[in-house]
Amino acid sequence: MPAVKAIKGIGHRTVNAVWRIGVATRFFMLTLTHSGSGFRRFHLIIKELFSTGVMSLIIIIVAGLFVGMVLGLQGYETLKRYGSESALGSMVALSLVRELGPVVAALLFASRAGSAMTAEIGLMKATEQISAMEMMAVNPIARIVAPRFWAGVISMPLLAALFSAVGVFGGYLVGVVQIGVDEGSFWSQMQSAVDFREDILNGVIKSFVFGIVVTVIALFEGYDAPPTAEGVSGATTRTVVTSSLAILMLDFILTAIMFRGN
Amino acid sequence: MVFPKGKLIAIMGLSGCGKTTLLRHIGGALKPTMGCVKVAGQVIHELDQDGLYAMRRKMGMLFQFGALFTDMSVYDNVAFQMREHTDLPEEIIHDLVLMKLHAVGLRGTHNLMPSELSGGMARRVALARTVALDPMLIMYDEPFAGLDPISLTVVGDLIRRLNDALGATSIVVTHDIQESLKIVDYVYFMANGVIEAEGTPDEIRASGKDFVHQFVHGEMDGPVPFHYPGGDYRQDLNLGG
Repeated sequence: MPAVKAIKGIGHRTVNAVWRIGVATRFFMLTLTHSGSGFRRFHLIIKELFSTGVMSLIIIIVAGLFVGMVLGLQGYETLKRYGSESALGSMVALSLVRELGPVVAALLFASRAGSAMTAEIGLMKATEQISAMEMMAVNPIARIVAPRFWAGVISMPLLAALFSAVGVFGGYLVGVVQIGVDEGSFWSQMQSAVDFREDILNGVIKSFVFGIVVTVIALFEGYDAPPTAEGVSGATTRTVVTSSLAILMLDFILTAIMFRGN
Repeated sequence: MVFPKGKLIAIMGLSGCGKTTLLRHIGGALKPTMGCVKVAGQVIHELDQDGLYAMRRKMGMLFQFGALFTDMSVYDNVAFQMREHTDLPEEIIHDLVLMKLHAVGLRGTHNLMPSELSGGMARRVALARTVALDPMLIMYDEPFAGLDPISLTVVGDLIRRLNDALGATSIVVTHDIQESLKIVDYVYFMANGVIEAEGTPDEIRASGKDFVHQFVHGEMDGPVPFHYPGGDYRQDLNLGG
């Protein structure tokens, strides 16, 4: 019976998905439990901050600049219709700080740093480095996972803030330098429109949540990857796809909570 | 199976017969569904996490391809356990690491990364890392796999000498019957999860058992069939009959 087979297939996939969410949650809790010993090895967090944060700087800065420049161009064309070109600064800043900064930076972080984390841990598993560590009585969650987790959580808000700052500069370059919007209006409107708590802090909270989710997905997929070339490549793909969908879904939920009625 | 203190014992058998699984049981990575593994009087699967980790500090394991940490230098690989499990000052660790590397003939490689080592050298560095804390029990999972004849002899000789120097007990899981019979004190043959034969190297060489004879002499025909079980050959080729 094809219908029964299809229903069985859906049921099997649903059970499997719920089971994986449970295992990932347990993995997250174990990571938090072992974070204390991770912090005792603070040099490892610094090392991971370099490979996840510093090594992502180029892509964040370049992407932020171009996104800001596009916002400047599109924003000017739209605002011109209503004679509100002077509001370009506030439009660019609010778009970046509230939405595009945290979301696009998180998507780029998932593609660049998240996939690298998954591949690295997956390969460590495939080459028995994680088993070797366990046999040396060193907990891999504390030694490998926790430092990477905290490096990701610390990096993400900083990268998002940098993305927004560079984006505002990109909007300034196009809006003020190229098109000729009044510089005083650009900055003063931005200053009066952007609220620290409502806009900037909420953006930081978003990027912090994205940092946790992306890093946990990347680490879990790497740790759970089958120890084969195909397994590691599949896990890396899953990291990017799952993280991207999670970011967009969470962005909607967080936006609905933070900015409802504003 | 019994592994007396100070002895070097080989576990041999066909691929998939459970040799590596046995090592994983001894190391506490797996829990047995029946029976138990005792190390130094303690039942491994009854230990809690802290107890198991305390026991593992007295064990060393050499993995098939070394499993060196690829993001660390040779020096840091050997120093890894000393830094994790002891409060020794860095000067003492420095001397200990160089002594361990000297014992395997690779003191000059301490600044290299694992990617810069040959397969045989990586195995020897992994051996130095395995004995970094002078374990009482050393397990070797296929230590001769993929080595050239010279490296194979060197690694075999090191396994014997390190075992004697440390007064440790060593368990070698291997397919390399000729090399292992040269260095071990006792051999267990496994097949289908049970001990098929056991004895000293001389007893194994002289064994009249078909399985041991086929294994020692690498013969195609014998108790271990060449063909994986399958259906009728003529029917598979659609020849009828």
